Amino acid sequence: MRITRMALQYRWRLFFGLITIFLASGFQLAIPILIGSSVDAALGLENGDLRIANSAVVASIASVTDIVGEGSNPAKTALIIIAVLLFIASVGRGLSAMFQNYMGESIGQGIGYELRMLYYEKLQRLSFSYHAGVHTGDLITRGIVDVEGVRMFVQTALLRSVFLVVLIGTGMYLMLSEDLVLGLISLSFVPFIAWQATAAQLKLRSNWYALQERLSALTKVMDENLGGIRVVRSFASQDHEMKKFDVASNETLALANVQVGIRASNISVMGLAFMLSMAGVLWVGGLKVIDNEISAGELTQFLAFMSILLQPVRQIGMTINGFARGSATGGRLFQVLDISPDIQDKPDAKDLEITNGTLEFHNVSFGYEEDIILNGVSFKVEPGHTVGIVGPPGSGKSTIAHLVPRFYDPKEGYITIDGQDLRDVTLDSLRKAVGVVEQDTFLFTASIEHNVAYGDPWAPDDRIETASQHAQLGDYIDRLPGGYNTLVGERGVSLSGGQRQRLSIARSIMLKPQLIIFDDSTAAIDAATEQRIRAALTELTKDRATIIISHRLSSLMHADEILFIEEGKIVERGSHEQLLTQGGHYNDLYELQIRPNEQSGNNMDEGSAS
Amino acid sequence: MTARETHERSHEIPPKASIKLGPTLDEEVFGEAFNGQVVGRFMKYIAAYKVLLWVAITAVIVFTISSIAIPLIVKNVYDDALKEGATDKSKLTTMVIIFLVAVGFNFVANYFQELIVGRVAERILIDMRRAMYEHIQRISLSFMDKTEIGKLMSRLQGDVAALQEFLQTAVFAVGDFVLLIGIIGAMLWLDWRLGLMTLAVLPILFIIQIIWLPYARQSFLRARVTSSIVSGALAENINGIRAVQGLSREYVNYDLFDIRATDNLKAANKASKFGVMMLPIVDTLTGAAMAIVVIMGGFFVLGGTVEVGVMVAFVLFVQRFFDPIRALTMHYNVLQRAMASGERIFEVIDVPVDIKDKPNAIHPKEIDGSISFENVTFGYVENQPILKDINFEVKPGETVALVGPTGSGKTSTTALVHRFYDVWEGTVKVGGYDVRDLTQDSLGEHVSMVLQEPFLFSGTILENIIYAKEGATREDVVAAAQAVGAHEFIMKLPDGYETELEQRGGNLSLGQRQLLSFARAIVADSKILVLDEATASIDSYTEMLIQQALERLMEGRTGMVIAHRLATIRGADRIIVLQDGGIVEQGNHEELMANSGLYSRLYSMNYASFDDIPDELIAQATNAAQGRAT
Repeated sequence: MRITRMALQYRWRLFFGLITIFLASGFQLAIPILIGSSVDAALGLENGDLRIANSAVVASIASVTDIVGEGSNPAKTALIIIAVLLFIASVGRGLSAMFQNYMGESIGQGIGYELRMLYYEKLQRLSFSYHAGVHTGDLITRGIVDVEGVRMFVQTALLRSVFLVVLIGTGMYLMLSEDLVLGLISLSFVPFIAWQATAAQLKLRSNWYALQERLSALTKVMDENLGGIRVVRSFASQDHEMKKFDVASNETLALANVQVGIRASNISVMGLAFMLSMAGVLWVGGLKVIDNEISAGELTQFLAFMSILLQPVRQIGMTINGFARGSATGGRLFQVLDISPDIQDKPDAKDLEITNGTLEFHNVSFGYEEDIILNGVSFKVEPGHTVGIVGPPGSGKSTIAHLVPRFYDPKEGYITIDGQDLRDVTLDSLRKAVGVVEQDTFLFTASIEHNVAYGDPWAPDDRIETASQHAQLGDYIDRLPGGYNTLVGERGVSLSGGQRQRLSIARSIMLKPQLIIFDDSTAAIDAATEQRIRAALTELTKDRATIIISHRLSSLMHADEILFIEEGKIVERGSHEQLLTQGGHYNDLYELQIRPNEQSGNNMDEGSAS
Repeated sequence: MTARETHERSHEIPPKASIKLGPTLDEEVFGEAFNGQVVGRFMKYIAAYKVLLWVAITAVIVFTISSIAIPLIVKNVYDDALKEGATDKSKLTTMVIIFLVAVGFNFVANYFQELIVGRVAERILIDMRRAMYEHIQRISLSFMDKTEIGKLMSRLQGDVAALQEFLQTAVFAVGDFVLLIGIIGAMLWLDWRLGLMTLAVLPILFIIQIIWLPYARQSFLRARVTSSIVSGALAENINGIRAVQGLSREYVNYDLFDIRATDNLKAANKASKFGVMMLPIVDTLTGAAMAIVVIMGGFFVLGGTVEVGVMVAFVLFVQRFFDPIRALTMHYNVLQRAMASGERIFEVIDVPVDIKDKPNAIHPKEIDGSISFENVTFGYVENQPILKDINFEVKPGETVALVGPTGSGKTSTTALVHRFYDVWEGTVKVGGYDVRDLTQDSLGEHVSMVLQEPFLFSGTILENIIYAKEGATREDVVAAAQAVGAHEFIMKLPDGYETELEQRGGNLSLGQRQLLSFARAIVADSKILVLDEATASIDSYTEMLIQQALERLMEGRTGMVIAHRLATIRGADRIIVLQDGGIVEQGNHEELMANSGLYSRLYSMNYASFDDIPDELIAQATNAAQGRAT
């Protein structure tokens, strides 16, 4: 498995972890032997020698007792030595367990960190077509829950499984070699609990996923209710909404009860299995003690062994669950990490060299699979010129905006800036030269200043302020109590649609890109403000190529050339006046938008063009 | 890692980028561990399950007693049945049978304590969430306007879950406490000298825990906070990927993310150090306690004052008595969280419902569809009225357009018709009844609202159009969709009327969502329709559809429209022009144009919508209109 290979990078920590595993197992198993010896020693059993000789650890006691113990009571001396050894074993067990857990956790954290960085990196490089095709919530879950799953696997399952094998294996060997029958009885709980714990863990996990799904359905019900509270109020549909809530909430309750039920029966049945074999050991072992086949200490040793093995055996379930979860989550993560981005720099890509900043579409076609979105589009924008693009929804207008910064690549034809094919230049230099103002503006949870400076976080204050003022956002920001430091985004002040679009414009023009594309980015801004923005930008756009995409004609009437796009093709092109005299689609749209249902053309010359 | 190869990392933190995105340490408030008021009110929710909880507590006690009994029985096996020279095997058999009985009790009690406590906790969780949710449905909109949805959601989820956790722990804490007392009692009862000596290690553990806890808690908290910062940054980057790629922020973001992830790595490692630190401490103390048992117990056994079974029982007890102590100190955390959560939950439940049905409120089957405002004054903030002494009347079947610049009081006027708020002075009448004399349900039945931003729920298109209308059939829905011209596009969708809408109708265009909300209002079939026209520019094709739909929608209904589009305004029977909370003029389009007042001036400025007109032009027009009037 690839995760295991990743773990091998942490060679020293792994090695150290393995050493502590053996130490921990050794100390752990010494404890029952010592307890057993202590009982015998306390009983002052001379024949204690017999069983003491069994264990190498305690063998020394006899000899030490012989040397030190002259004159004093040998049993007492033995007890003291056993106690000291017991203490040492306990401390040793604690220390080695500490290191073992810490090694596991730190390797897990390290791998979690690495995966997180790789995942983040990959997501940033994957193209728009990838992001458009997957659910964002799903990507976020992978990045959070799946990385966590892998981390937990490394942390708990990887080293722990070795520990469990060593500890349980050695423990079983010691018990069976001591007394086969008694050993078998005391170990009878092991397979049962191991199986039970594993089955329960796996059941719990699949039920947990189902429960999470139900919970997110409930969240959706509540979230929509709160978001649409005015709709709810206006239809006086509170009862209807409570019914929806109750249905969703009872579904989660049912699954939560299943969860509780599995856990309750699992815990109690595991306890029962353990204590039943303990009863067996007491009975059979007791009979053997009465028959003098074994000593009381030996019986105690079995009981102590059992209680020491109980915890690790229970953990088998967790470990197996960890493996299952680790391989599932790891698989899903690597699925994403293994995708190679369909848009990336060619190996010999050079930085884009801007000589004057002319953009040209050469017979460009684009589409997803069978669907043709753009069909043989050619046009040219020279610096200082503006091209307006208009057309019905779905005609392919926005696609043009997305092809220029290479969010997608054309299917046929090619696009050049100053004669350089976009696919031959580096993405970084291309996107620095092209500024696209999108219709939907994403606000990052940060101050307004940081949001405006998103493309260049090193920008000086005056550039940020000028850009905001040009975008007609400056006055609004100045009126905010925190000014430019006001927090916006999910957890801050919420901006209206128009304000967001203005922020987006400020963001792009602050970078002073060589080419500016407005992709329906003024839809929520009123016509008057848009006028002012345009006036403020004349300085900037005077030596730059500009593309304005809009369905509001007043936004692009002033363009040097207007392209009317329908079904991916340019059906009309020319200046505003030319298109009006042509009397085609553009003219129809103009009639519809500027003077809807108007009988006469009075007041036609005043107003809107000012 | 590819980024590291292709891009020399600057390691320089850009001055204008935010690094901390998640909650800060201070935001995770820790309150007091006990708040009588919160506990008292919480008890009321628990009271509904009194019987079950007593069963659970009984089960906890039985479980605890049988857990203590088991080592004691083992002790008796040693001292009685296995005494040196014992030959009577029947005694052993009896003991083992007693042992089995105790095991049986233990098993049953264990099962029921887990099951009942778990289920009751789940049930109470749902009850509390339901109480809060139901209350939110009734709280006045002025509260909802001020409150962020996210905050309410976190109370409905996180805070309720914290209380559930509290309930579970509380019951188990009782169990742990009883177990601890039981073990101590049993040890002292078996042999008080040995018991006292062994228990001497307990205070040491207590002291260490108390010193350790605040540091450990701090480090656990930091790990949690840094981890949520990392998750937040990841989520934001995924949601804003277009902006990130479009503005070439990848390298900067990667560096910033690295800072956050490294921060989290360090915090997590520190937290795990604190976590594992307790292992050797507990083991050392266990070792010390066992050593004491072995030495002192062994000496006593040798001296004949104590039987060997006592020593065995002690060894078994020693291995168990650290767990309850550790668990008890950890519960403290849960308590604190629960109290803070409880306060936040009751804060919501305590928000007064200021719009309530009168006890004798009526619910007329039919009303005539008239609306009247009589001397209405209203505002949201004291001493800042939005509407000032407004008087007007809308006759049944009439369509009235409300126009006026932003902030003139249009939206407030429509909200009052539905009694979203209560007036300060005057009366709003619907169908001749004071809205305060009607039930809110009857207002919902007779007055429909179409909001500016169409809001759709997840579910199918059919479900959305029916929404809360009981008894509406598929035929009604199709007829409504046809009336508003939505039928065509619905049929083009993959599953027609059964098409599932994405979140908030994301798979539909704004215009299409608008049409669906019209259809929903037609199905609701109210006498009075209050409509806030959308301002966002919609493409001209859909725009035309909407205009036609609007006409169909108004047929046979009383309409009150906040109109933005000139076409809508001209089509109205009457236009009411509002400015600064007062009515400046009213009449139909021709009358107002002839009047040469504010309306005609604004109209002749030739903007597609009144909302587009810049403030300075409005001021000019106002002055001109006033100048003419005087």
